[in-house]
Amino acid sequence: MTDAAELRRRTRELLAQHPPASTDRLDFLRARFDAGLAWVHYPEGLGGLGAPRSLQGVVDAELEAAGAPDNDPRRIGIGLGMAAPTILKYGTEEQKRQYLRPLWTGEEVWCQLFSEPGAGSDLAALGTRAVREGDHWVVNGQKVWTSSAHVARWAILIARTDPDVPKHRGITYFVCDMTDPGVEVRPLRQITGEAEFNEVFLTGVRIPDSRRLGEVGDGWRVAQTTLNNERVAIGGMALPREGGMIGPVARTWRERPDLRTHDLHQRLLKLWVEAEVSRLTAERLRQQLTVGQPGPEGAGMKLAFARLNQEISGLEVELLGEEGLLYDDWTMRRPELVDFTGRDAGYRYLRSKGNSIEGGTSEVLLNIVAERVLGLPTEPRTDKDVAWKDLAR
Amino acid sequence: MTDLLYSEEEEALRAAVRDLLTDHCAPADVLARGESGTPFDRALWKSLAEGIGLAGLLVPEEQGGQGATHREAAVVLEELGRAVAPLPYLTSAVVATEALLACDDRELLARLASGRTIGVLAVGLATAPGAGVRTVRAENGTLSGELTGIADAAVADVLLVPADDGGLYAVTADAVTVTPQVSLDLTRPLATVTLTGATGRRVGDFGPAVERALRAAAGLLASEQLGVADWALTETVRYLKERRQFNRPVGGFQALKHRLAQLWLEVVNLRAAARAAADALASGEDTDLSVAVAQAYAAPVAVHATEEAVQLHGGIGMTWEHPAHLYLKRAKADSIAYGTAGAHRTALAGLTGLQAP
Repeated sequence: MTDAAELRRRTRELLAQHPPASTDRLDFLRARFDAGLAWVHYPEGLGGLGAPRSLQGVVDAELEAAGAPDNDPRRIGIGLGMAAPTILKYGTEEQKRQYLRPLWTGEEVWCQLFSEPGAGSDLAALGTRAVREGDHWVVNGQKVWTSSAHVARWAILIARTDPDVPKHRGITYFVCDMTDPGVEVRPLRQITGEAEFNEVFLTGVRIPDSRRLGEVGDGWRVAQTTLNNERVAIGGMALPREGGMIGPVARTWRERPDLRTHDLHQRLLKLWVEAEVSRLTAERLRQQLTVGQPGPEGAGMKLAFARLNQEISGLEVELLGEEGLLYDDWTMRRPELVDFTGRDAGYRYLRSKGNSIEGGTSEVLLNIVAERVLGLPTEPRTDKDVAWKDLAR
Repeated sequence: MTDLLYSEEEEALRAAVRDLLTDHCAPADVLARGESGTPFDRALWKSLAEGIGLAGLLVPEEQGGQGATHREAAVVLEELGRAVAPLPYLTSAVVATEALLACDDRELLARLASGRTIGVLAVGLATAPGAGVRTVRAENGTLSGELTGIADAAVADVLLVPADDGGLYAVTADAVTVTPQVSLDLTRPLATVTLTGATGRRVGDFGPAVERALRAAAGLLASEQLGVADWALTETVRYLKERRQFNRPVGGFQALKHRLAQLWLEVVNLRAAARAAADALASGEDTDLSVAVAQAYAAPVAVHATEEAVQLHGGIGMTWEHPAHLYLKRAKADSIAYGTAGAHRTALAGLTGLQAP
């Protein structure tokens, strides 16, 4: 059993052998991974020690106090939050060894090739085809809404390998090499003016069968691991009081008495309360996970987060009055990072419109809560027993 | 760090209270009692307060109590709310007890903690923490005046009465006239208390006692509201899985599923807010803010949940026979009790530095 004292000891040993001040950043991150201190709940040899996840904070605190570099988790969120748990659960030993270390150190950025123009909420209807040719698969199709595709080395990809069975059963999950000549990435400009996302065109992309994750035809089940982790990653962040979008608007309120009105005051206080309560719910969820009792609250956190971000940023634009009529910059940029609070109120207002769409629309999440948490009947399904190729498109 | 979970002991306490209420406080019983004009079930109170020993949760053991905290009392209130139980637990075991904990009358405190005496603070139910309190006149060693909106006064053995000399007086029920008021909430009836030259014993100053009592009341009321809201959600979901129209369970229609999912999210949030308030009352850290957040959030959720219960039950939800209205009335009354959500938001404006224009 690896306890807090043992983790502290190992962390200090790492720091002694690789003093951060005199060690190259990447060398330090690799050494940390090899010492099992990257993500302590992962297995030994894969960056962890099989320790309880709740003890990660012990390691992080020691490293932060020593001024050690981190792996810039915001830059590699898709890899850490979605690809890694899926590889860990479904990958072969060889795949885990190949992908997880450079993923964690940030040497290799990952992106997610799931959504398609014709398969959004109904993701299982996706039409990108993968056809087997010997020990390779040849992939053709179009993906969309792909963050980081322009900087990614690898992608997690789901594609249709059997059109003759119902849609959920004919999907297979792959790791796609983003440097393959058949991969074309085009920026997709959003309502914020920037192109944080991309369209990805796949034309004759060749993927060796050794880069398949899970069984042929089992891709939908594998993808559930990715999607569940995505929603936890989006909604379940621990924050201090006023740590989310309410922070900037509360600061503006305190600093700018000239902007205050009675109507805005009442609305601000209501949203402040809701933000604080959501923060407590996220904290409660985190405490449940720590003691190994995950509750269904996670399903709701992303819903709450999306609505609150939208309402708070909407209020902020209104609070700013005449200044709210302006926008900082419409130039088309291609940011590497998604930063919800990095720019002005107008940007926050527009960017947060995506919060109720990305990672499952709020409408789909409400269905999930109603059906999986409350046990209410599912929608009547007309596509359940129909082969994918016979579905209306 | 605020502990927002329930401990094993707290869950065991919940199970004991729930078992008792399931056996002796079914909705039909509550309804029948409400109509009889004497909603209070003395036998049930005896089992809960004396039998399980819950009246003294907030009182230290050396003063005759159980030496537990607001966290445990909150769990009891969740279950009492879930059963919309017509018992003076909040008024006697929380509010009057907290007032006495700020005073110096160990004998009376121990009697309340034992459950054998029911005490009620004679402050109107609508009073928010920090708001002004109506008092009676203290003249020549006697008390005179009229106080209205006093919850559970009709079942009180002792009333704690604030007087205009700054004192809080313990007055026995037989020394006052208690006149029941026709109340919106049938399960927590209000009364007017009239004192005409009544004698009382000064137990302390009412200022700090009332302040402490109302703050605990507001914080723990959120747990009662959680119980009320959770009943409304659970019962409505259960009914909509059963109820069929258009040859389908009504709960399969997406318009209703989304409303229930939304309500679930509100109840989940309320649970975190109520736990935070109970934990803050127990630890004494961050108390004012945690209580104000919980009360600013809880009332609209409990009202929304019970209004949805009435609406989504359709015709049956509008009948006197169905218990949904008992919960609606409790939730609506609770939204005024110990300060409205708006009053608590106003308090938050001061606590967070988000000042009014």
